[in-house]
Amino acid sequence: MADETLVEEIVRRYDGEIGMLIPMMQDLQTACGYLAVDQLKRLAERLEVPLSRLYAVATFYSSFRLAPKGQHEVTLCVGTVCHLKGAGAISEMIREAFKVEAGGTTPDGLFSFQPVNCVGACALAPVMIVDGKYYDGVSKDSVLKILHGLPLAEPAAKGEGNK
Amino acid sequence: MTVATCKRFSAPADLERFRDELRRRPPAAARTVRVCIGTGCTARGSHKVYELFTQALKEVGAKAEAAKCVGCHGFCERGPIVVVQPGDILYQRVEEPDVAEIFRETIMGGRVVERLLYEDPATKARARTSAEIPFYKAQQRIVLAHNGEIDPKRIEDYVAVGGYAALAKTLATMTPEEVLSEVEKSGLRGRGGGGFPTGRKWRSCREAPGEPKYVICNGDEGDPGAFMDRSVMEGNPHSVIEGMIIGAYAIGSHQGYLYVRNEYPLAVEHLKLAIAQAREFGLLGEDILGTGFSFDIRINRGGGAFVCGESTALMASLEGRPGEPRAKYVHTVEHGLWDKPSNLNNVETWANVPPILNNGSGWFAAIGTAKSKGTKVFSLVGEVVNTGLIEVPMGMTLRQIIFDIGGGVKGGKAFKGVQTGGPSGGCIPAQFLDAPVDFDELTRLGSMMGSGGMIVMSEDTCMVNVARYFTHFLMDESCGKCTPCREGLAQMLAILDRITHGEGQPGDIDQLQKMAGLLEGAALCALGKTAANPVMSTIRYFRQEYDAHIIEKRCPAKQCRGLFRYEISVERCKACGLCRKHCPAEAVSGAKKTPHVIDQQKCTRCGTCLEKCPFDAVLKV
Repeated sequence: MADETLVEEIVRRYDGEIGMLIPMMQDLQTACGYLAVDQLKRLAERLEVPLSRLYAVATFYSSFRLAPKGQHEVTLCVGTVCHLKGAGAISEMIREAFKVEAGGTTPDGLFSFQPVNCVGACALAPVMIVDGKYYDGVSKDSVLKILHGLPLAEPAAKGEGNK
Repeated sequence: MTVATCKRFSAPADLERFRDELRRRPPAAARTVRVCIGTGCTARGSHKVYELFTQALKEVGAKAEAAKCVGCHGFCERGPIVVVQPGDILYQRVEEPDVAEIFRETIMGGRVVERLLYEDPATKARARTSAEIPFYKAQQRIVLAHNGEIDPKRIEDYVAVGGYAALAKTLATMTPEEVLSEVEKSGLRGRGGGGFPTGRKWRSCREAPGEPKYVICNGDEGDPGAFMDRSVMEGNPHSVIEGMIIGAYAIGSHQGYLYVRNEYPLAVEHLKLAIAQAREFGLLGEDILGTGFSFDIRINRGGGAFVCGESTALMASLEGRPGEPRAKYVHTVEHGLWDKPSNLNNVETWANVPPILNNGSGWFAAIGTAKSKGTKVFSLVGEVVNTGLIEVPMGMTLRQIIFDIGGGVKGGKAFKGVQTGGPSGGCIPAQFLDAPVDFDELTRLGSMMGSGGMIVMSEDTCMVNVARYFTHFLMDESCGKCTPCREGLAQMLAILDRITHGEGQPGDIDQLQKMAGLLEGAALCALGKTAANPVMSTIRYFRQEYDAHIIEKRCPAKQCRGLFRYEISVERCKACGLCRKHCPAEAVSGAKKTPHVIDQQKCTRCGTCLEKCPFDAVLKV
């Protein structure tokens, strides 16, 4: 639908200044949940730069994603303190138990999994953030409990996304 | 509401008048309550606590302003922190059910709720105010002076404690040259890692040919375990902005950039608000305080790349490109952002600027050691009793920091080492606990100041594994532009992986040292040049642990899987059978009422039995 207007509006928001490419792509991702190829093409055309330039940026920075995200967002801190307190093993367990890659989404679309370097809440280590809610002092067991408790919406939402 | 009624300041005297007026204003209520909304406290539900206080205030018909959201108090271990004024009564670990009692007893009744006070674990004495708590006692707060005191969302709070007075003084009474010389004389060095003299950097930028000149604040605090800059941006955003404006005046810049890490949404929110307020008050933008000087600031959010903390990579990112560093022989103060003279300092450095101009360079230079002046904020984390944010004068010893302020190692374990300086820093062992902490001393010990992360490690930490962790981290974050860093780190990681898996070979350590030398000499940027520090410093101080892994195939800290065994203690085992049931390898055997046994031939060392045992009967040997 309003893809064109969205890109146009974002470009105008930053006066079409190429230096603001990263904020533009961040806004685009915030609006759509991920960076769709069509929109990146439109943005590249509008800014008169090659698509490869946008692709380079999108793949360099870990916060950009080129595929739709899951229904929930799971962030696991694997910073030094969390690592010392067992975050590595928790990360491994999540990947195995839910068949999800770091930075990827579970096959059923339940959640996207992002291990990050440090959320700066070291007093709470190990920390997991689910949809913005912080869980402190997590263990393998408590993580499993939290993630299994996440509600999975009806697949109807999926069909809409594909249009 | 005061924001709406306030006019734009058109002269420095307007600011003074406004401050006096704010100070004369009667307090909103007889007693006020301050709730910490730093990330640590928020994660433990402090927002809800704050809401409950405002609700309670409304119910009794008091002004809601009597409850205030404030930035990080630093004592994250004991969050959520709530402080009641007057009396500076500090309540710790305040949960939702406690609000009613605090409200009834302290706010309405003026009595102290003893059970929520901090209790000294050794003496059992309860501390009423922060000044009585050992964690705060030894600190000296300059950058964090008003953190936890003012509402970061209200510019009035900042002005009331003397905010923007340094800016007014600078613009009204000092020439740029005088500002430069004052900052030079203070001895302030960059708090972001390098420790370069700030005044000299400013001067080089001012004198560099080319216009426009840019001023940049590096808020891309990427070191894991470090969160001091985040707390300043969240808890006192105006102090950073004021520092930047003063710097811009001295350098001759009219455009500034604040580059903030993507993982810090609250910092972005508070900074955005602070910038808008400063513009509204005529402290930022055109014709600041009616002096004719113009300067504005734009915020950019990072994209989640550690390397963007490196100045040239950060500038590439500001130009909308992947954050790849470039060779530093072309100085950024001459050719930086958009190839123009650019001055970059980190958050803590900028926040030090207003106090220096307020109190004079002599005052600042009197704090600290011969070559490291002022204070430093550290995030004291890891296996330490009091996790949190501290600010101490340069030159304090590691022992004072870790034991007097930090309360020692958690669980009474033995201290093994402290990792400073982030992933590019190093591990300092117990024999140097009495070393004074400053830029040069930490470098001499094979580590560095970095941005101020201090990760305490106990006897249970495997130092080879620590080196492996940081090498893995840096390999992941290497931008891939130069070969030594891209390929070298991968090779070093392969060796470290091998060692921690019990497949280390004689000669591995020599190989690691050889590659470390190559990295230091041939990598393009500081990330690569220092990437071997964690490996080098652990080899230097903990060589015996490497040898134990390689020669004896044994992990002394019992952390590396496969390099130690699990056994069940005959005395502790209650024969509950949980380990037997959960063992994926069917390695545990035992009948009812007889202590269980692990078959070492079958055991895969997965550790499930240890996790499942309710009696701590499974031991690592």
